Amino acid sequence: MSQPEGKGSGALEVKFVPDEEVLKHIADDAGVKVRKDKTQLTVSVKRFVKKLENISDDEAQEILEEKNYVAALGICAQDPVGNGSSVSGGEVYSFQTPKCSSKMAELASALAQTPGQSVAPECPEKTAKTPQSSKRSSSNKVQQRSKKKEFVSTTPYRLRKRLAAPDPYLESESEYSASCSEEEDEEDQKEVSAVGRKTPAKTKAASMPPPRNTLAKKIKEDKMSNLVEEYFEAHSSSKVLTSDRTLQKLQKRRLNQQTLHDLLKKAPLAYAAEIKELNQQHESLFSKWMLQLHLGFNILLYGLGSKRDLLEKFRTSVLQDSVHLVVNGYFPSITVRSILNSITEEVLDHIGTFRSPLDQLEFVIKRFKEDSSLELYVLIHNLDSQMLRGERSQQILAQLSSLPSIYLIASIDHINAPLMWDQAKLSLYNWLWYETTTFSPYVEETSYENSLLVQQSGSLALSSLTHVLRSLTLNARGIFRLLAQYQLENKDNPSYPGLSFQDFYQQCREAFLVNSDLTLRAQLTEFRDHKLIRTKRGTDGVEYLLIPVDDSTLTDFLEKEDEDV
Amino acid sequence: FGERKDDSEDTELRFVTCQSLWHEIKSETEQIQEDLNKQLFDNLVSFLRRSHSEFQEKTTKWTCQMKSREIPTAALVLGVNVTDHDLTFRSLSEVLQNNVTPYIALLEAKDCPGIKNLMQKLMGQLMNCYIDVESLEDEDYVQVSQNRIRCSMTSLINWYESVTKKTDSETLSKKRTSSSRHWQSPPVVVIFKDMESFTTKVLQDFIVISSQHIRELPLVLIFGIATSPMIIHSLLPHSVSSLLCIELFQSLSCKEHLSTIIDKLLLTTQFPFKLGEKVLQVLINIFLYHDFSVQNFIKGFQLSVVEHFYSQPLSVLCCQLVDAKKRVDSLSHDQCENIRRLPSFRRYVESQASEKQIALLTADNFLKETIQKLLEDLHVYHENYVSVLRCLHVFTSSLPKYPLGKQIRELHCACLENRVWETEEYESSLQLARMLNKSDLVTLLQQCVEIFVSSSGKEFGKTVEKLKEFLTQFQTLEAEAFQERDVSVSSQKELQKTTDLYHLQKTLLELKESRRSKKLTKFEMLRFEVVDYIDSLVRNYLVPADHKTLHEIVYFNSASILRAHLNAAPRIALHTALNNPYCYLKNQALKSDGGSISNKAPDICIVYKLHLECGRLINLVDWLEAFSTVVMAAEGSKADAASSDQVDDTIHARFIRAVSELELLGFIKPSKQKTDHVARLTWGGC
Repeated sequence: MSQPEGKGSGALEVKFVPDEEVLKHIADDAGVKVRKDKTQLTVSVKRFVKKLENISDDEAQEILEEKNYVAALGICAQDPVGNGSSVSGGEVYSFQTPKCSSKMAELASALAQTPGQSVAPECPEKTAKTPQSSKRSSSNKVQQRSKKKEFVSTTPYRLRKRLAAPDPYLESESEYSASCSEEEDEEDQKEVSAVGRKTPAKTKAASMPPPRNTLAKKIKEDKMSNLVEEYFEAHSSSKVLTSDRTLQKLQKRRLNQQTLHDLLKKAPLAYAAEIKELNQQHESLFSKWMLQLHLGFNILLYGLGSKRDLLEKFRTSVLQDSVHLVVNGYFPSITVRSILNSITEEVLDHIGTFRSPLDQLEFVIKRFKEDSSLELYVLIHNLDSQMLRGERSQQILAQLSSLPSIYLIASIDHINAPLMWDQAKLSLYNWLWYETTTFSPYVEETSYENSLLVQQSGSLALSSLTHVLRSLTLNARGIFRLLAQYQLENKDNPSYPGLSFQDFYQQCREAFLVNSDLTLRAQLTEFRDHKLIRTKRGTDGVEYLLIPVDDSTLTDFLEKEDEDV
Repeated sequence: FGERKDDSEDTELRFVTCQSLWHEIKSETEQIQEDLNKQLFDNLVSFLRRSHSEFQEKTTKWTCQMKSREIPTAALVLGVNVTDHDLTFRSLSEVLQNNVTPYIALLEAKDCPGIKNLMQKLMGQLMNCYIDVESLEDEDYVQVSQNRIRCSMTSLINWYESVTKKTDSETLSKKRTSSSRHWQSPPVVVIFKDMESFTTKVLQDFIVISSQHIRELPLVLIFGIATSPMIIHSLLPHSVSSLLCIELFQSLSCKEHLSTIIDKLLLTTQFPFKLGEKVLQVLINIFLYHDFSVQNFIKGFQLSVVEHFYSQPLSVLCCQLVDAKKRVDSLSHDQCENIRRLPSFRRYVESQASEKQIALLTADNFLKETIQKLLEDLHVYHENYVSVLRCLHVFTSSLPKYPLGKQIRELHCACLENRVWETEEYESSLQLARMLNKSDLVTLLQQCVEIFVSSSGKEFGKTVEKLKEFLTQFQTLEAEAFQERDVSVSSQKELQKTTDLYHLQKTLLELKESRRSKKLTKFEMLRFEVVDYIDSLVRNYLVPADHKTLHEIVYFNSASILRAHLNAAPRIALHTALNNPYCYLKNQALKSDGGSISNKAPDICIVYKLHLECGRLINLVDWLEAFSTVVMAAEGSKADAASSDQVDDTIHARFIRAVSELELLGFIKPSKQKTDHVARLTWGGC
């Protein structure tokens, strides 16, 4: 079974791997697969065996290639980088072997069991050292033990039971996640061992005897196509192997933003001392940053943890006496135009509007070129935020930053943030990358996000509803009420498509609200313009009407309406 | 600029040195760039002149050519290093402005999403530059801005006519200064900086429209092309491309550009600052594997200069030898201590006699004298190094298969890395050199002589003499060989004389014998001698810089810093932080080995670890439960299994925070596919 501990050993050694070796390795793998194919002809092994083999092959290849690449880039292994950033790319980007969700519960229990409970849990700080040494050797065992225990907590088990049921294709994959269906597993094991005593997951291709090289190349080619197919196969199937449980069934009230905030405030920040130390390390770089900014570079901060406080500190300690502009990129309504506006209006004291951001940019560039005494520090938190990551805005920002008297210091968080820039933009930005991992929570940055787990207070939606409706005629209000009531009646139906137009028309007629099809349509157009309703076409071509507001808000609204009337 | 917060007192001086050095380097690179582009620009200029010379003469030939409505076009193939193009175009337009025409418009694809924008941009640039050149009064400026509103080809032509007329009259009335520089009706040059990224529609329209007006407006197009000239034909249909009269210009490849830069910046004694082997390797790798951008290479070079002066307090001595000697005299005690702490200096001290050791370690004055001497040594070493390196390169670059690399930079790296004569490649190249034929050898030797003669090193007088001696020996050999050949010819004749089979056999055997015994001819002896001599030169002069005392002053060696800043890997940093928080938070509780993390890791790490186990979709409830299991275990609360359904509020809140942080980092996103599920965005979600 593929235990998560197995892969991704933290202190990975990157060493130079010459091309021949990689080739040999690939050949090895391929050879193994050739064998597999052969055996498949004779004893019909189940398809997934080969598939799994494929995946592990690909993975190995991937990792090796990455390694080779990293090595070719030079040196990173030899340099005492210190913070272990010499993880090979393969580890980050490689294919993971397929897993299903019960693994999560397993890992959780494994994690829970490893250090904490084996020794007295009251003094984790002291005991932490002891379990570490034994952990590596026993991690495998621990997990198996946890499997045998069949989980004390009941839910995951139920979950697994359910997982054992669905369609055969998925089942063959769930074999990989083990322990979900004992008998089947055993069957598989037998079958596989009949083939050649190889358990599918564990057979590391490298340990196989070297085969002939002639076939290797051909195999390599179609392995590539396999890889592609694999991807699309995995992503085309709409069935996803997860449990059906929802948060509502958890009988857990959703937290709203405020309580969440309060709760988090109460919770102590873990490892405060270490985080502080990290921050101090970063703060010692401030003077260097200043120097490099002045020499025409721009600074880019990356790494886990909010870099807001760090930048803020930089601002207060160094930039106090100079003109600077702070841009909160995470703010959901920030735009390039607003950035440019604040430059032109507040820094350059220019009153007037511009036709397009490009014009504005040109103006700014001209002003800064004319007046060499002008200097501006621009701090951008989250340069990669939703609003700023567009191509055009990045282009404008890049051109701004390329001005010699504008000093840009920015932070990025998204894993794919560097993809925003092409070579031209990169050269305009002229970045110097600084890794500033702070581990501090993203309090501000995430506060604007509509998290699934946080209950939307809905107060805003409610007030807008009432405001709009108050301006409408009595009939219009009645129409809306009808729709709202109907929607609330159907709130328990998860596949409720909305009220079809014809039905709605019937109901409205019956309530003497409209006299013709057309008046209703006109009314609905008005609703739609105010975004009160949404229409969509069903599969049968019928128009369905929906109020895009959640049920609780709608109930509140109806209650309020009743009071008014 | 007083931000350097070192305690040493001569930061100011260091900064000034750094700045001046950098400016020197910068001007040098610009000079190089200019020289390299000169040829190309000359060609272009002559093309432009030629293209519309007929227009000047207004001959019948012109009209008949223009009946075909062909726009003269220069396709400028610049290579993939897009970032460098800007500079090239800027200098190109400068050159054109000075030599051919004041009317130049530079267009970029991003400014021209439609033909309208293109025309607008074009008119704006042309009319503005016209104002720049002729310095018109304000009223005309207003006119221009009015014109800008309705941009069409006709207004452009009107403008052009008025301008040329004006200049005509001006030049007629006044002195003929402007006409000597530009012609009476200079062509209008439109440069498309990045031809590939223009929308085809826009380009086509522009070409078709302007070809209609080519008779009134002498237009010349210049396409900047990054890929291959074929792109013109794939972008434009035949009907449009037939309107163009294309001539191809090839710019210098960026690799050659880089070699020249390296040649001029690193392999000279002009600049005291040197790059260490690893640093150079990193920079070259970034160049070769990432962008082919010389600009970025220079940027990296700049960064290393800055880093060196920032981090090395002794870099104050990294300047021209004369200044350095003066500065040594004024070194403070602390700086002397710094020098004593240098590892290379320690090695030097240890190799000295004991009383001298004491003097070096205690007396500052004596130390300073020694340093001056050592610096001089270092300087001489560099002088010699460069010429011997070039000499060796002459030899190795002519060998088959290039065991030591084709480019001099590879050889340079090899020499910096360790003793080059201990490497296998060197052995094999020497062996190959021993098999060179004579004419090659002679030319190589001549080249070497030239190098040594032109070099500034004083010690090479003897070397040159020696090499010349070799050359003369070769010449005498040649003469001898000529005579010998006579002899052999005569023997051949003798052979022919003999008719007896037995005699023939005998003479043949004798000949064979003689050949075997004379295995080392004089030529071969001499060849060995030459190669050995080169070998001795290499052993003498190409000692790696690390072995030199005080190399730390001028060599910048921390490649990891450079790598981290120029070629960063934010994903790996994130991954490490999430996977192995101990790397950053030095708390024993977090220490773990293998891929696992302890359950006391920060929330986000745990959540991340758990999410790795999931497929494409993640059920939030399961996730939350798994998380709370882990966290509760970590906190040691004896939560019995029955109540685990009910999750503590605080833990819930922490979970929410961690999940939304993961969302911010781009690992997951909310999904509509299933209620209370999030989708994984990273790979591995099979």
